[in-house]
Amino acid sequence: MQPSPLTVFVARGLTKTYHMGEVEVPALRALDIEIYQGEFVVLLGPSGSGKSTLLNILGGLDTPTSGEAFWRDHNLATSGERELTEYRRDHVGFVFQFYNLISSLTVRENVALVTEIAPKPMTPEEALRLVGLEYRMDHFPSQLSGGEQQRVAIARAIAKRPDVLLCDEPTGALDYETGKVVLEVIARINQELGTTAVVITHNASIAGMADRVMRMADGHIASVETNPHKLTPSELSW
Amino acid sequence: MKALDRKLLRDLWQMRSQAFTIALVVASGIGSFIALLSTYDSLQWSRHSYYEEARFAQVFADVKRAPRPVERQIVELPGVAAVETTVVQDVTLDIPGVAEPVIGRMIGLANGGQPSLNRLFLRQGRLPEDGKRNEALVSEGFSKARGLKPGDHIAALLNGKRETLDIVGIVLSPEYIFASRGGEIPDDKGFGVFWMERERLATAFDMEGAFNRVSLSLAPGASEAAVIDALDHLLEPYGSLSAYGRKDQNSHRILSQEIDQQKTMATIFPTIFLGVAAFLLNVVLARQVATQRDQIAALKALGYTDFAIAAHYLKLVLAIVLAGIVLGFGIGAWMGYEMTAMYTLFFHFPRLIYRIQPWIAVVASGISLAAAAGAALGTVRSILSLAPAEAMRPPAPTRYRRLLLERLGLAHLLSPQARMVIRTLERRLLRTLLTTFGIACSVAILVSGTFWRDSVNYLIDVQFYMADRGDVNVVFVNPVARSALYEIGRLPGVLRTEEVRSVPVRLRAGHHTYRTAVSGFPPDAQLRQLLDTDLHRVPLSPDGILLSRRLAERLAVKPGDRLTLESLEATRAKREAVVAGVVNDLVGLSAYMDIAALNRLMGEGESISAVALTLDPALAKEFYARLKEMPQVATVSIKGELLRSFRETNARFLLFFTAIVTAFAAAIAVGVVYNSARISLAERSWELASLRVLGFTRHEVSGLLLGELAIEIALAIPLGLWLGYLLSALIVSMMTAETITFPLVITSSTYAYAALVILAAGVASSLIVRHRVDHLDLVAVLKTRE
Repeated sequence: MQPSPLTVFVARGLTKTYHMGEVEVPALRALDIEIYQGEFVVLLGPSGSGKSTLLNILGGLDTPTSGEAFWRDHNLATSGERELTEYRRDHVGFVFQFYNLISSLTVRENVALVTEIAPKPMTPEEALRLVGLEYRMDHFPSQLSGGEQQRVAIARAIAKRPDVLLCDEPTGALDYETGKVVLEVIARINQELGTTAVVITHNASIAGMADRVMRMADGHIASVETNPHKLTPSELSW
Repeated sequence: MKALDRKLLRDLWQMRSQAFTIALVVASGIGSFIALLSTYDSLQWSRHSYYEEARFAQVFADVKRAPRPVERQIVELPGVAAVETTVVQDVTLDIPGVAEPVIGRMIGLANGGQPSLNRLFLRQGRLPEDGKRNEALVSEGFSKARGLKPGDHIAALLNGKRETLDIVGIVLSPEYIFASRGGEIPDDKGFGVFWMERERLATAFDMEGAFNRVSLSLAPGASEAAVIDALDHLLEPYGSLSAYGRKDQNSHRILSQEIDQQKTMATIFPTIFLGVAAFLLNVVLARQVATQRDQIAALKALGYTDFAIAAHYLKLVLAIVLAGIVLGFGIGAWMGYEMTAMYTLFFHFPRLIYRIQPWIAVVASGISLAAAAGAALGTVRSILSLAPAEAMRPPAPTRYRRLLLERLGLAHLLSPQARMVIRTLERRLLRTLLTTFGIACSVAILVSGTFWRDSVNYLIDVQFYMADRGDVNVVFVNPVARSALYEIGRLPGVLRTEEVRSVPVRLRAGHHTYRTAVSGFPPDAQLRQLLDTDLHRVPLSPDGILLSRRLAERLAVKPGDRLTLESLEATRAKREAVVAGVVNDLVGLSAYMDIAALNRLMGEGESISAVALTLDPALAKEFYARLKEMPQVATVSIKGELLRSFRETNARFLLFFTAIVTAFAAAIAVGVVYNSARISLAERSWELASLRVLGFTRHEVSGLLLGELAIEIALAIPLGLWLGYLLSALIVSMMTAETITFPLVITSSTYAYAALVILAAGVASSLIVRHRVDHLDLVAVLKTRE
């Protein structure tokens, strides 16, 4: 199977089963999905629906139990550890719910952590300017608010000029106003840099800013809607 | 600097107190390894280089009187390289203000020059000038003990005639690195070695044109045994006491024994220390790295390779270990130097050569580095093997089980907090066991490092108070008639006397031989008692011979077997005797007989060679004064004096060793307890903060954390005491030198000391951690999770 040139991700029959002690927990059940170049996709669904598992597989953080998952012409399902590391390093930017910043490094150094190993990164200063945090570059994560920390995490994710930006509940730990600021940053990156963005949330209101909204239930895509009227984050409310 | 390296430095700084305690553990292991091994190596090397430099002889023989031309015949014996003959005579010294008799060993120097073998090292002053007949050199040990220096004078009774010697130099001799009259206990105060013009000495003792001492070196490849046989044959007509090699030379024997013991110490202790340190390093660092699980996952998600991440953590642990290695080198070199220097209290070398062989340093650092790298890599690998998505989640909660106590329906006996503590211990059973074992190891090290005091005290008690009950031992130049006993008995202050006949012999059983002395004393002797392992008296046999247990083992004989006694006295009598039993001597390998049976066996009348006696201390001065006038008296050993100086020097040694072991064990205990608590705190701060939020007091919350530690310490102490006993038993069994058995005696105060040190280390670590629990930032801690 050859993905069309505009397709970034294609997955077919993606299945993932976790073994928790003696119990087998199916997280993905024969899921099919396609994600296109430059689009903003929101993955909606209740907890346990398999959103994070899907994102982790697309981001090369995890491998499926069976099925295929392509990033362009790379089959992520059959890639080895070394290839996945290279894939993450060169192409993927991650944003996690709990930021996962290195607490012993300053804001600038947290971003430098990525720019030092990426092939054609922007400078940490540029990345931080994009998220509006250039004035807090020498602070440590513990000196920042949650929203600021999340913006640092976004700066860290985009500094490598990734092809895809994968965000797992980026506003999950944030309040309303801060959450909006973070979403604005993601939307700006998507528009200005043309980075494909996949955002997981269980907050249906966020869906308003997506090109397409995919609803997940029980480990597969239950529905896909194309959004005719994309809203800006400031127009969202929940 | 790379961001990852910055993280390294900041992480190190953040965990500096933990890093420091880990480095201390490493330093303890490396320090003891370097100290003990380098001390052993330095002693060995000092001995070797001194023997070479001084041309220490390889075979020795004493004769009554041999004419000088015999020397030529000795030179011509096959296998002999060089020969030195001289006149040696023990005399009584008269030192103003010293009541007890002091023995001087006078050794002749031909024409005042250096001997060709056993060359002297001139520490101070000069050699005697030719023709200056009263000039003499003194051994350094004695000169120090008695405060003698060149220019001083000392009076000696040369064949009953009082002569004054002018001391012109202080020297050292390879023959007297360890100076005593033949015993195991150094006797620098009561025994001095002097060198003076040979002719002068010969004249005084009617030895003109003769010698009574032969030293010789062997040609390369020559057989020592063959030379000894030939020499014995040659010297037999001149009253030889049988030649002997270095292994029977008193100074060499004691020095070698000490070096062998040091070797055992250097093998056992550092292995244990380094092993425990490596083990703890592994456990502590593994846990330390495990607490960074989420960071490892984040780095992985960002695209860092496994290699880069592993290298990062490797750098972290290596930085800590390198700090420990540097510290350990410092401690080890200092301690090794001090210990080597302490040996000069007993052993007199011209110079103390202290060196650390590169391989010692390399091995010590290598073991620590390997342990640390293993710990870091093992843990990092287990985390790296998880998919990053999984590693980023906190580890799945382990399943809790109801406790045995609960299943038995006795849960109401435990408070909820106690149940939490015990469940946590039970859930992390392996960790609990490892921590407990680590603490137990430090207890064991303490016990096995400090029980020496008990052992030596017991040894002195048994050997010098229960077995050897006399105060003074008077030894005659030659065996004398039994009437001498009464003569000694009439001296002022003498309370009780007992006769002793001691015959130097070579015991032979099959192909085993051993040079020692057979001591004969009366069956009802009170001043000399033979004891079995339970300290019960072993009676003398009316005609058989009793042997020290180790001597019986060495000769491979058991009661009922026969052995041959070859007298090394002039008679050269060969007799057979039946082994009647074994006794439990802690010091020396000896043989014992009823004095009457011994006299009969030797075919002599009632002859005695020494008198053991008890003395009224008030009249000691008068007694010693009268004793000095008796020309037949060769040596006098005064137990109290001997033991006092032994205890002084030995106590310094033990104190130093105990202090070091205590410091090391405490470092290890703190390393384990503190790190264990800190890591538990890091892992559970969220849980503990939640409890605080629920309304638990600081006291209750720290109780949860410290309760675990308290239980671990409480379990570790008895386990450690038991391990300490086993470890001590192992060391004792490996340490047993040819002539000394260290008894495995550990007093309750030693156990208590070990327990208290560890308890103190535990309490101190807990208090520091408690301080941190008290200052737990509730909001910050809770903010980090959903």
